[in-house]
Amino acid sequence: MSDTHAQSVAFVRDTAIPPSPAPANAAGPVKWMRDNLFATWANALLTVAAIYVIFLVLSATLPWIFGGLWTTSSLAECREVLQGRSAACFSVLTDRWNQLLFGFKYPVDLYWRPTVAFVLLFVAAAPVLFFDLPRKLLIVTALYPFIAYYLIWGGTIWAPLFALAGFGVGYYVYSHLVHRSFAIGFFGGIAAAIIAWVVGSYLTGALASETPFLEAVPSRDMGGFMLNMMLGVTCVSLSLPIGIALALGRQSSMPLIKWICVVFIEFIRGVPLITLLFVANVMLAYFFPPGSGVDLFLRVVIMITMFSSAYIAEVIRGGLAALPKGQYEAADSLGLDYPQAMRLIILPQALKISIPGIVNIAVGLFKDTTLVSVISMFDLVGMIRGPILASTDWNGVYWELLGFAALLFFVVCYGISQYSQWLERRLATDHR
Amino acid sequence: MAETAQMKVSDEVAISIQQMNKWYGSFHVLRDIDLTVYEGERIVICGPSGSGKSTLIRCINALEEHQKGSITVDGTLLSSDLKNIDKIRSEVGMCFQHFNLFPHLSILENLTLAPIWVRKTPKKEAEEVAMHYLEKVKIPDQANKYPGQLSGGQQQRVAIARSLCMKPRIMLFDEPTSALDPEMIKEVLDTMIELAEEGMTMLCVTHEMGFARQVANRVIFMDEGQIVEQNEPEEFFNNPQSPRTQLFLSQILGH
Repeated sequence: MSDTHAQSVAFVRDTAIPPSPAPANAAGPVKWMRDNLFATWANALLTVAAIYVIFLVLSATLPWIFGGLWTTSSLAECREVLQGRSAACFSVLTDRWNQLLFGFKYPVDLYWRPTVAFVLLFVAAAPVLFFDLPRKLLIVTALYPFIAYYLIWGGTIWAPLFALAGFGVGYYVYSHLVHRSFAIGFFGGIAAAIIAWVVGSYLTGALASETPFLEAVPSRDMGGFMLNMMLGVTCVSLSLPIGIALALGRQSSMPLIKWICVVFIEFIRGVPLITLLFVANVMLAYFFPPGSGVDLFLRVVIMITMFSSAYIAEVIRGGLAALPKGQYEAADSLGLDYPQAMRLIILPQALKISIPGIVNIAVGLFKDTTLVSVISMFDLVGMIRGPILASTDWNGVYWELLGFAALLFFVVCYGISQYSQWLERRLATDHR
Repeated sequence: MAETAQMKVSDEVAISIQQMNKWYGSFHVLRDIDLTVYEGERIVICGPSGSGKSTLIRCINALEEHQKGSITVDGTLLSSDLKNIDKIRSEVGMCFQHFNLFPHLSILENLTLAPIWVRKTPKKEAEEVAMHYLEKVKIPDQANKYPGQLSGGQQQRVAIARSLCMKPRIMLFDEPTSALDPEMIKEVLDTMIELAEEGMTMLCVTHEMGFARQVANRVIFMDEGQIVEQNEPEEFFNNPQSPRTQLFLSQILGH
């Protein structure tokens, strides 16, 4: 026995020591600041410098924003009120609010129509975005394009009805031919739909009344952020299925289909979007029968959709390539046919892998819709650069207008990004 | 368990392979394969790696295409006709070395998917069948988990149950225990033995010679794309005829 223990007595603790608060340097904000801001002398120096820079920026911008004027009627009046003080002239936003959102030609008393279409967009998108919602809501989603078209463009109701009927005919033919082979069903369906649309377009011309229930608004009257939203939503939702089809086509064992897809993808990826837009504006008209006057909006949608679907196809091809071969074999060995294997086994996994890439392209596409301003369409940027900045009232209000445009795009793009991160977490079932 | 091996085998032909040849490019993988499998027969195929044993059973459900000769499964001639291929695939179950469960679906969904979409079974009935087979492979409590949450042995048993849900008449096993830890091999083999005792026609590529002795009616030894020797297990292991077989057996049974 050692000496230290010679004196010791048996000990039993009968009261617990109550937990006491940690000292300031071991927990709480003090510790956090020590770890993150003042860990070393160099860090402390950088922290102080950074705080000074943040202070400089905020001391310039915050008074500019919060001292901004909202109610004057021109830039000159702004300057008069400010008397040399530096502050924002947000009045341009209040004065030209409707123009920024709807463009300068959309009839003012019809603003409710695109607004309703915008609100309905959320109802239609919800069951696609959040698949815990009842599947029956997808009917709303399927009908939404036709409702939105009728609301925004107005005119005869027969046009959207025949368009819808074309899809119905196409699906009917597909479902009756698909048992022979997927390719026969697929192309038979497309051919039937096109025939139905051609017939429908003649019937529409015959049936249209002189005074439609909803007044017709031509595409060239649309503008502002509405135009960006219309282009963005249409092109993203069209290019995703087309991109999937192209990606699968590129993997096809049928040489013809494979090479059509490869050539399409490689060609579109090799051409700048702005070139395609000029083609849409000037040259595409040559390809349509004279006098048919295919709408500029439609031509632009075709071009942007082609462009982004080529990119989405390559992203999805990456996802398909990342799947182990065993997944295809397991699906095959269970007797699933090609469409079933793709829809139930391969695509759900490949698309999940591709989510970040697809979102990247969707966000890029949405921002690229502002490029239409160079082919004299008055989207949000086109409105700002054209009618608003060119007016005598608001010539020179750059920061406020472009800042507002940036804010609108940021809100939408950040929303898409947040949704995709939620989706990735929601779909994580592999427990890696 | 000698009686297992002597279980009655019917005269009905389940699989008939005649003069089948396969090439990968210019490489001759399978050469003049002749094989008749009777209903209820349990065949173990062994051989060194690269001998074409996996390729052979993958040809039977058309995961690999053969270039010459004929394969008839359950009276259906395997041709490039997709109809016939899908018909054969729904009659023939297959288990893979790496399980190949669908990671985005729960265990129950993995099991019910093919019955619902291929057999058009109502969902409720398919789920009942699935639970029956999950109980059979002794993991009914994992039904709502995802494959990634299960151990390798459990995943392989789920894979077996997934094939069984299609009520196949023939089961193919492609090295089902090769990717498993030693202690999990037993639970998978037990499941396969149980299946054999129920009279399932089985073709099994495996290196588990104990399993072959206990369960098989016939052991086939392959080398360089050819069937070198086939015999009843007792004879095959105790009295191998060809020198190639003797060498192989001495190597794998030597330690």
